[in-house]
Amino acid sequence: MPIRKGKAVLHLERPPQIRARAAVGGNAEAAGPLGASFDQLFPDPYMGLETWEQAESALLKAALEHALRKGNIESKDVDLLLCGDLLNQCTATGFAARDLGIPLAGLYGACSTFAMALALGALQMDGGGFSHILAAASSHFCAAEKQFRFPLEYGGQPQAAGQRTATAAGALLLEAPPELSFIEKQLERLGTIRESAAEIRKPEALADTPITVGIPNVILGRVVDLGVKDSAEMGAAMAPAACDTLLRFLADTATAPEAYDCILTGDLGQVGSELLYDLCMQEAHIDIRQVHKDGGTLLYDIETQAEAGVGGSGAGCSAAVVCTYVLQQLEAARWTRVLFLGTGALLSAISPLQGQTIPCICHGVELAPFADGKHRIRHRLAETSDTPQEDLMTGVWHEALKNKLLGTFDKNT
Amino acid sequence: MRTSPEAYGELRRRETPQSPHFKHILGSFLIGGTICAVGEGLAQLFTALGWAEKTVTLAVPVTLIVLTAILTAAGVFDKIARHGAAGTGVPISGFANAIVAPAMEHRTEGRILGTGANLFRLAGPVLAYGSAVCVVYGIIYYFFLR
Repeated sequence: MPIRKGKAVLHLERPPQIRARAAVGGNAEAAGPLGASFDQLFPDPYMGLETWEQAESALLKAALEHALRKGNIESKDVDLLLCGDLLNQCTATGFAARDLGIPLAGLYGACSTFAMALALGALQMDGGGFSHILAAASSHFCAAEKQFRFPLEYGGQPQAAGQRTATAAGALLLEAPPELSFIEKQLERLGTIRESAAEIRKPEALADTPITVGIPNVILGRVVDLGVKDSAEMGAAMAPAACDTLLRFLADTATAPEAYDCILTGDLGQVGSELLYDLCMQEAHIDIRQVHKDGGTLLYDIETQAEAGVGGSGAGCSAAVVCTYVLQQLEAARWTRVLFLGTGALLSAISPLQGQTIPCICHGVELAPFADGKHRIRHRLAETSDTPQEDLMTGVWHEALKNKLLGTFDKNT
Repeated sequence: MRTSPEAYGELRRRETPQSPHFKHILGSFLIGGTICAVGEGLAQLFTALGWAEKTVTLAVPVTLIVLTAILTAAGVFDKIARHGAAGTGVPISGFANAIVAPAMEHRTEGRILGTGANLFRLAGPVLAYGSAVCVVYGIIYYFFLR
C-alpha cells in the first residue's frame, strides 16, 4: 500500500520495477542527439498511412509492441494499459489499443501524460491486484500542428519562444516486484539486521546483478496558473507548475536537489527552464541549475536544429527521453536517483481565443535502481541499523547501490 | 505559490527572447522585394508579348497565385516564408498560401467537410473584413470624394 509522506508525496512500499522500455521517433528526433537510442525511427511522417492521426496511432502502437517484445510478454498477460496522447478524445490511444486486447484507461494530461501514466501505474501496482502495467504516451508534430496551430504548409513566422511538438512515443512495462520469501519476511519482521548487513557490504554479493529501475515515490500535481495567455509560450506557462510540484516533493521527502543525479522536467524548453530556476530561487532559495535537465532540450540539438525552436514539447517528448536517455543512465549506473517531472499545459485550441489563461500541471515520479526484491530487503535491513527511520522511505537503495558502485563497502564496515 | 501573476509576467518578459526584428525586416525586404521584382518581370514579359495593359494587370497576380500554390503544394513555400516574414505574407502570395495550405491539410476529411469547409479557415477573415472595409470606403467615396 502507498504511504503518504508529508502532504503530497506517496511512497510505494513495494516499488514497481521497470521491466522493459521502448521509444520510437520521427525524422527530426532521429537527427537529434538521442537518435541512436530509439528502438525504431520512422522517416515518413505519414508512416505509409493516409492521415497524420493514423500515423500517430501507428507510432504509439509501435512503441507498445516494442515494449511488449522487449519485456518478453504477450499483450494478453498485461493487466492494464495507461496511455494518452494530444489528439482530441485521445484517439491515437484508442486506435492503437484496438488490436492489443489490453484493458485500457485513456489519460489526458497534455505533455504531462507520461509522468501521469507512470505515477498512476505505480500507485495501482503498489495497491495490489496488478502484475503488469503498460504506461505510454505519444505525440505527432503534424497532427498537433493541425489541431492546435496552423496548417503545416502555411507560411507563418516561427515564434521566438516556440517549441516543436515531438513526433515520438515512449512505453514502459511496469512489473510488480518479486514477493519476499518466507524467510525474508521473518527477517524483516524480527528486525534481524546484523547478519544481512554484513552480507550486503561484500561487493561481490551485488557485483553482477543487473540493474532494474523502480519507482519508489510519486507525486500528483495540482493545477497552477500564473496568467500566461500566449499559447506560443508553453515553457513559460508550465514552469510555475513544475516549480510547485518540485518544491512540494523536496519538502515532503526532506531532500535537497543535490540528492538527485538529475531533476528532469518534461518539456519546458530553454525559456521555461530558465524561468524554473528563477522561480525556485524566488520561492525557496533553491538552486537546481546544476542537477536540472529538460527533455525538450535533450531530444533535439537546439544549436543546429532550427526547427526545434527553444526545445521539444508534446506528450511523446518526455516519454521518449525517459525511455531512452534517462533509463540508460540509470541502467548503466551513471545515475542512481532521478526525479522526473512531467509538465503539461491544459489548454484547448479554443480556450486562448476565448481569452483564457493557460492552466498547467506537473506530475512527479522518482526513478531509482535496485537489484531485485531480495537485495532490496537486504539493503533495507542493512541500512536500518544506522539510518534514521525517516531515510528508510527515500534513499535506502540508492545509497546502498551508490556504495556498491563506488566500491566503498569497506568504508562502512 | 508566493509569486504573483504580475511578478511572474515581469520575470517572463525578462527571460523570453525577443523576435530578431532586424533579421525579419531584412528577410522581408529581400524576399518580399524579390516577389515584387518577379511580378514586375512578369509584367514586362507580358507587355513585350503584346498583351493589353488590362490583361497584364490581371495576368501578373494570377501567375503569382499559381506559382505560390505550386510552391505550397511542393512544401517549399513555408520554408521561404520562415525567412521572408511579412515579405511573403503581404503580397498576394501570402493570401494564396493561406487558401492552399488548409485545403491540403484537411483533404483527409473529405472534399466537402474537409477541403471545402476549411478552404477559407485562414483567409476567411481577410475576405470578410476586406469586404466590410470596401463597403465603408464605397460610402465615403460616394458622399465625399466623387
